[in-house]
Amino acid sequence: MPLTDINWFYYAAPQRFVPLAGRLVPWFGAAAVLLGLAGLWVGFFVAPTDATQGEAYRIIFVHVPAAWMSMIVYLAMAFWAGIGLAFNARLASMMALALAPTGALMTFLALWTGALWGKPTWGTWWVWDARLTSELLLLFLYIGYLSLHAAIDDPRRADRAAALLALVGAVNVPIIYFSVQWWNTLHQGASVSLTRSPSMATTMLTGMLLMALAFWAYCVAVALARLRIIVLERERDTAWARRALEAA
Amino acid sequence: MNWVSWSDFWAMGGYAGYVWGSFGIVAATLAAELLAIRARRRALQRLVADAGDAA
Repeated sequence: MPLTDINWFYYAAPQRFVPLAGRLVPWFGAAAVLLGLAGLWVGFFVAPTDATQGEAYRIIFVHVPAAWMSMIVYLAMAFWAGIGLAFNARLASMMALALAPTGALMTFLALWTGALWGKPTWGTWWVWDARLTSELLLLFLYIGYLSLHAAIDDPRRADRAAALLALVGAVNVPIIYFSVQWWNTLHQGASVSLTRSPSMATTMLTGMLLMALAFWAYCVAVALARLRIIVLERERDTAWARRALEAA
Repeated sequence: MNWVSWSDFWAMGGYAGYVWGSFGIVAATLAAELLAIRARRRALQRLVADAGDAA
């Protein structure tokens, strides 16, 4: 079948997307649980004690996945917000709104677990260096996006205004990522990159990647579950939405 | 295996507060988010059911 014969916008209609999301959520949820259990097993029982940090390094198994997801979710949120703004696509705007609380939570977790890791290894909970400060700014961008959206009564106007904020704020994501190269910072450089071999033991890396995949599947499941609710909240006066809610 | 006993495991080589504080906040907040989503869905179902009764 030629690609042009596929109707790429078939699932852009909310009444078609809601049942699809409902079918996807359990799969991503199950993947998150299984990958999470495997990651915890490797992280606590297979990966060895770190030579310099002792057991404190095990915080990496939640810190790095949360930090990665805080940036990935933001980029996804800005992308869908931009699509919603440029093409007046309601579902895309709602996807952005559904991602924001989970992204904010991931950012909070990256900061919290980072503080608990910083205290035993750096001797301080917090420093105003480039990596930590730009990650804190990311949390404020999520909160700003959600606050701005909540402050405007008309949902479509709220979508558009918040999308602008999300797009402007996206410039912060590469700043977070490259901050450890661009500035002198207490935070260590990337342990994993595409251009060179990782600077950690294989079992540690395996545990971290399993946990990262688990966090990713969790974020997808939760965002889709929240998206369904947002769509049904906005469409609750329609017959199809009422039927979908009775079935849920 | 890294641990000689369960108490050795829970002690985390002296870093129990830092390690379990990290994993604990993750578990607690993810669980809270799931509960919040369930509560939001139920609130919407009640709202729609009430509106249907009134109509």
